[in-house]
Amino acid sequence: MPEMTLIDAIRQGMDEELAHDPNVFIVGEDVGVRGGVFRATRGLFDKYGPQRVMDSPLAEASIIGVGIGAALYGMRPICEIQFADFIHPAFNQIINEAAKMCYRSNGDWTVPMVIRAPYGGGIGGGLYHSQSLEAFFTHTPGLKVVVPSNPADAKGLLKSAVRDPNPVLFFEPKKGYRLIKGEVPEGEYLVPIGKADVSREGTDVSVFAYGMMLYYTLQAAQKLAAEDISVEVVDLRTLYPVDRESILTSVRKTGKALVVYEDNLTGGYGAEIAAIIAEQAFTDLDAPVRRLAGPDVPAVPFSHPLQDWFMLNPDKIAAAIRDLASY
Amino acid sequence: MNINPEKHLDMYYQMVLIRRMEERAAELYQQGKIGGFLHLYIGQEAVSTGLIGARLPQDRVITAYRDHGVAVNCGLPVNAILAELLGKATGVSKGRGGSMHMADTSRNFWGGHAIVGSHLPLAAGLALGDQYANKDAVTICMFGDGATNIGYFHEALNLSKVWKLPLLWVCENNQYGMGTTVEHASAVSEIRQKAEGYGIPNERVDGMDIIAVYDASSKAIERVRSGEGPYLLEIMTYRFRGHSMGDPERYREQAEIKKWQEQDPIGIYHSYLLGKKIASSDELTGIEKRAEEDVKAAEAFAQTSPEPTPEELFMDIYVD
Ligand SMILES: Cc1ncc(C[n+]2csc(CCOP(=O)(O)OP(=O)(O)O)c2C)c(N)n1
Ligand SMILES: [Mg+2]
Repeated sequence: MPEMTLIDAIRQGMDEELAHDPNVFIVGEDVGVRGGVFRATRGLFDKYGPQRVMDSPLAEASIIGVGIGAALYGMRPICEIQFADFIHPAFNQIINEAAKMCYRSNGDWTVPMVIRAPYGGGIGGGLYHSQSLEAFFTHTPGLKVVVPSNPADAKGLLKSAVRDPNPVLFFEPKKGYRLIKGEVPEGEYLVPIGKADVSREGTDVSVFAYGMMLYYTLQAAQKLAAEDISVEVVDLRTLYPVDRESILTSVRKTGKALVVYEDNLTGGYGAEIAAIIAEQAFTDLDAPVRRLAGPDVPAVPFSHPLQDWFMLNPDKIAAAIRDLASY
Repeated sequence: MNINPEKHLDMYYQMVLIRRMEERAAELYQQGKIGGFLHLYIGQEAVSTGLIGARLPQDRVITAYRDHGVAVNCGLPVNAILAELLGKATGVSKGRGGSMHMADTSRNFWGGHAIVGSHLPLAAGLALGDQYANKDAVTICMFGDGATNIGYFHEALNLSKVWKLPLLWVCENNQYGMGTTVEHASAVSEIRQKAEGYGIPNERVDGMDIIAVYDASSKAIERVRSGEGPYLLEIMTYRFRGHSMGDPERYREQAEIKKWQEQDPIGIYHSYLLGKKIASSDELTGIEKRAEEDVKAAEAFAQTSPEPTPEELFMDIYVD
C-alpha cells in the first residue's frame, strides 16, 4: 500500500468518486485552477473540467444552498468551504434546509451531499482560521458528522460520505494535512460511517478522541507505554450518529475514560461522550469520566505562545492520562 | 482639490512607509518569524492613503483583512503593527489578533475583519449610530471585489440606501479574489454597477493615481456628510504580490504583473511631485530614507518586545 499524507488521501478519494459517478461534482472557492487553498483539489480541474470542478464566487450560503438544490435534483455535490470558520454564513442552509429536508418530506426528498471543511488550530491562523465547529452540527439530527484522523480513513470515509444518501459534514484536521502520513489502500476502499475504530488496544485507560487530537493521543499513548501505562485509544471517526457500542465496550474493559477534544470544553462534543458513559457504564467505572479540551475562550489567539496555551498536545494529553491512571 | 505641499509630502511618506513595512514583513514571514497568514498591501498604497488622507478625524474607517496599510494611514504606529505581526505583547492587539485584525478606535480605525463581507453590516451600524446621534461623521467602509459577491454586501447596500446612512462604500478592485478574476465571479464587470441596482450614486476611480483617489474621495466624503445618503467608490488597483504569502499565483501571468508594476503608485506620485515642483528629488529621497529608518527602528522594537503572558488567554471575554 502506498504511503501518503492526509490531504493526498482526501484528494484520491474525491478523484475516485468523480471517476466512479458522473453525478459527483465539486464546488467551492478557488477549487478549480488554483486547486483549493490547501491544494486538496489540485489536478482535478485539469482532469475533469470546469463543469465537475466548479469555481464559485465568494458566497458560502450559495455554495451550500446550491449544493442542496443540486442534491435534491439527484446530483452528488462535494461542497468545499475553505476554512470551517467560513461556514457560518451558510449555517441557515445546513440547519434549516439540508438537515430537515428528509423529515419534512416524509422521506421523499434526499440531500446526498458532502460538505468538506478544514478545521482546527495550531497553524497560526488566529481567531477566524482555527475554529472547531463540530458541536454545532452534532446537535442536529438529519446531518452526519465525520472527522478522519488518518489518511486511510480519510479516503474511505470520504468515499462513503459521497455515496451516502444524506448530508454529511466532513471536517478535516488541517494541521494534519501534511503532517499525518500513513498507508492507504488502493482503489475501492470504503470505511463505513457510524463505526468507531480501536486505534490502539490497552487495559488501563480508554481515551476517546477524533481528528488531530486522536493523532496526538496516539503519541501520548506511545510515550506512556514506557511508563507501564496501557492506554486504549478509540477513534470515534463518525461523531454523528455515534458508535455507542464501541465506546461502551472499551470502557467496560478498562474502567476509566478520558475524552479529548480540541474545541472549547463547555458544550463541546466530548461532553456527549462523557454523558453516554456516565449513563450506560456507570457501574463499570473505576474513576469519574474526565474531559480534556480547549479552554473556554472565544477563539484561538494568534500569538504563538497564546496559541500553544490554547491547544492541546501530546504532553498535555499524556499528563491527563497519567493522572486518570493513578486514580 | 487643493492639497498643500506639507500634506503631499506626508502622503508620500505614508505610501513609502507602507511599502517598506510590507517588504520587511514579507522577509520576516519568510524567516518564519511571522506565522499564519500574511496579506500584503503592496501595489495598493495609493488607495487607502488617498482615501484616508481625505477624511476628517471624526470619520470612521473599517476594512477587511488586508489591513496593514490602512492601519498606517489611520495613524497606528509601525512599531505596534510589526509587533502585532510578530505576536508580541506590545502589538496593536497585544498579539491576540495578528495580521488581519488590527484596530484602534482612538484613531477611528474600526478594524480589519477576516470573514469576507461580514463587516459591511457592521459599518452600516456604525453609520446608523452617527445618524441617530446627529453627528457630522462619515463611515468609510473598504472591501475587496470578491466581497461584493456575498449576500452581506447586498443586504448592507440596500439598507444603507433605504435608511440614507452616512456611509461611503469603497470597493478596492484589485481584480482578483484570491485566484478568481472579477470576470469569473461577478455578474457585472464593473463593481460600481452593483451600486446602481440599489440607487446608490457611484464612480470608478484610478487607484494607481493618488491624486485621483484623493479628489474623488474628498468629494464623495463631503457629499455623504451633507446628508444625501450612501455613495460607492470603485477604486481600480492591483496587488503586486500573491493573495497572501505562499500563494503560487498560478492564476495570472508574469507579464500582467509586470505591466501593472510599471504603473507603480509610488512612482507615479514621485513623478507628479517632481513635475509639479512640489518637492525636489533630494527631498523625496530624504523621505524615503526616513521611512526606511522608521521601519528599521520599528522592527527592532517589535523583535525585542516581550511575548504575551498566559493570563492574556483568559482576558477580555466579558466586561463587567
Ligand atoms: C466568508 C469568507 N469566505 C472565504 C474567505 C476566504 N478568503 C479570504 S480572502 C478571499 C478573497 C477575497 O477577495 P477580495 O474581497 O477581492 O479581497 P482581496 O484579497 O483582493 O483584497 C477569500 C475567498 C473568508 N475569509 N471569508
Ligand atoms: Mg480583490
